[in-house]
Amino acid sequence: MTDLTSLTLASALDGMEKKQFSSVELTDAFLAAIEKANPHLNAYVVVTAEQARVAAKASDARRAKGGAGPLEGAPLGIKDLFCTEGVRTTAGSAILGEFAPTYESTVTSQLFRDGALMLGKLNMDEFAMGSSNETSAFGPVVSPWRRGNEDSKLTPGGSSGGSAAAVAADLCLGATATDTGGSIRQPAAFTGTVGIKPTYGRCSRWGIVAFASSLDQAGPIAKTVEDAAVLLQSMAGHDAKDSTSLPDMVPDFRAACSRSIRGMTIGVPEEYRVEGMPEEIEKLWEQGIEWAKAAGAKIKKISLKHTKYALPAYYIVAPAEASSNLARYDGMRYGARAAGKDLSATYEQTRARGFGAEVQRRILIGTYVLSAGYYDAYYLRAQKVRQRIAEDFRDAFAEVDAILTPATPSAAFALGEKSGDPVAMYLNDIFTVTANLAGLPALALPAALDAQGLPLGLQVIGKALDEESVFAVSAALEEAAGFGVRARKWWL
Amino acid sequence: MSIDQKTVRKVAKLARLALPEERVAPMAAELNGIMAWIEQLNEVDIEGVEPMTSAVEGLSLPMRADVVTDGDNPARVLKNAPKTEDGFFVVPKVVE
Repeated sequence: MTDLTSLTLASALDGMEKKQFSSVELTDAFLAAIEKANPHLNAYVVVTAEQARVAAKASDARRAKGGAGPLEGAPLGIKDLFCTEGVRTTAGSAILGEFAPTYESTVTSQLFRDGALMLGKLNMDEFAMGSSNETSAFGPVVSPWRRGNEDSKLTPGGSSGGSAAAVAADLCLGATATDTGGSIRQPAAFTGTVGIKPTYGRCSRWGIVAFASSLDQAGPIAKTVEDAAVLLQSMAGHDAKDSTSLPDMVPDFRAACSRSIRGMTIGVPEEYRVEGMPEEIEKLWEQGIEWAKAAGAKIKKISLKHTKYALPAYYIVAPAEASSNLARYDGMRYGARAAGKDLSATYEQTRARGFGAEVQRRILIGTYVLSAGYYDAYYLRAQKVRQRIAEDFRDAFAEVDAILTPATPSAAFALGEKSGDPVAMYLNDIFTVTANLAGLPALALPAALDAQGLPLGLQVIGKALDEESVFAVSAALEEAAGFGVRARKWWL
Repeated sequence: MSIDQKTVRKVAKLARLALPEERVAPMAAELNGIMAWIEQLNEVDIEGVEPMTSAVEGLSLPMRADVVTDGDNPARVLKNAPKTEDGFFVVPKVVE
């Protein structure tokens, strides 16, 4: 029998339906793979082996009775930002200690409702603040990808680095992730996987540890565009418990993957050709344009002229919202408490010990830009620049159906290579952060390898609520690219 | 606008973060590095632009009836607390 862990989600669901293997067998195969790989990759921070086996058995029983859900028996990895009932949830931070939620996030409960099961919780940058997974209190995730024959450790990207590495290394069929400035798409691009951030409000944020509430969105990381569509179908939908959850119907994302893109107009924004961008990224983008043309799409040059201001605006809006969201971690009601001489000192010690360096930096920036006398100069100005960025997209989408860009300005870098320079690290999200600010759906898919054998990704951005066009274009590009390369399993 | 050490101490106090004295100068340098990069926002013409407060256009916050929909489960609420007693959170003394 072929290695079950190397299957796509779609083919694994198909194999279980055809009784070629059971969810128990599939789950055991993943648990064995995790046991071998995790000491090297550090992708999982908790493995829920027993619960997974119990869930797989129950799933096989449901299928035998003819009551199979759309994700019946599929073993998934869950980013540690999602609250999971009775299972430690840390957001990659020491401040949450051994916090074990007494409730389940809406997104994970919908995945379980549809038959999926959880293998464990996936490592991530602390509170999703990072682009390399190096800010995790549990240590960085190591990418399954390596440069040629070198053995230097590369980043899988961040903040959903555990999710991306686990999918790329066949340690789950698919994973949940979240994206505030690029945290689904950048790690997907770095690991040769597919990740989509849907329209803001498509997935409920209820039960997801908050970072920047007006930007945070959940989405899947998967092996193929179709797998991402199947997962998003279950994750999305209106939830009364999140006041920003969209009431709109969720269309059939999987069906959209086989829709023709003939006659569609795809925009190519001039401003995404940034200084110092490697030639390989430029070439990849040109290649993507050719693939879209060959599939019958029209290409149109567009201008998103405020693109260069997106990251600086983000680094006001996101820290401001984060400083306010993270005020709740005071060591009183949950998490780890560090005693001080009085209440105030207890707060200050708890937060100084519990939060890592990057989180502290962002809390201070956020507190500063919101403090008396600076609000108008920074926060209000950033919100107006954000409006300009959204206007650019509104104008562009009057003429085009989707936008094609590179996903990241470079391939994966080595751990430690950028951790000393916050701004250099922030620039990783230069192509992804605009979609968060404008609330638009955007997908990253693998399209080629660079000269060192590392994956490079393309990004497709769509209109608000038009994930279907994003899936259609992405599936067409995926087919043309015929990527199909997997990381070599050097840890075996 | 440069962030001096006094401002760093003040902001850390507002954020309830104990910042050891030896971290104040390096933190000021780090924050100034980031804020200097953010200054480029001053180049953008924002005359007459409404601030964007929601990621989704035209979505107003839904209202619901002011009734209790959840609760009455103190054990669940207290389950993750560092310290509890008789169904209450125990916190350091606030008033002498």
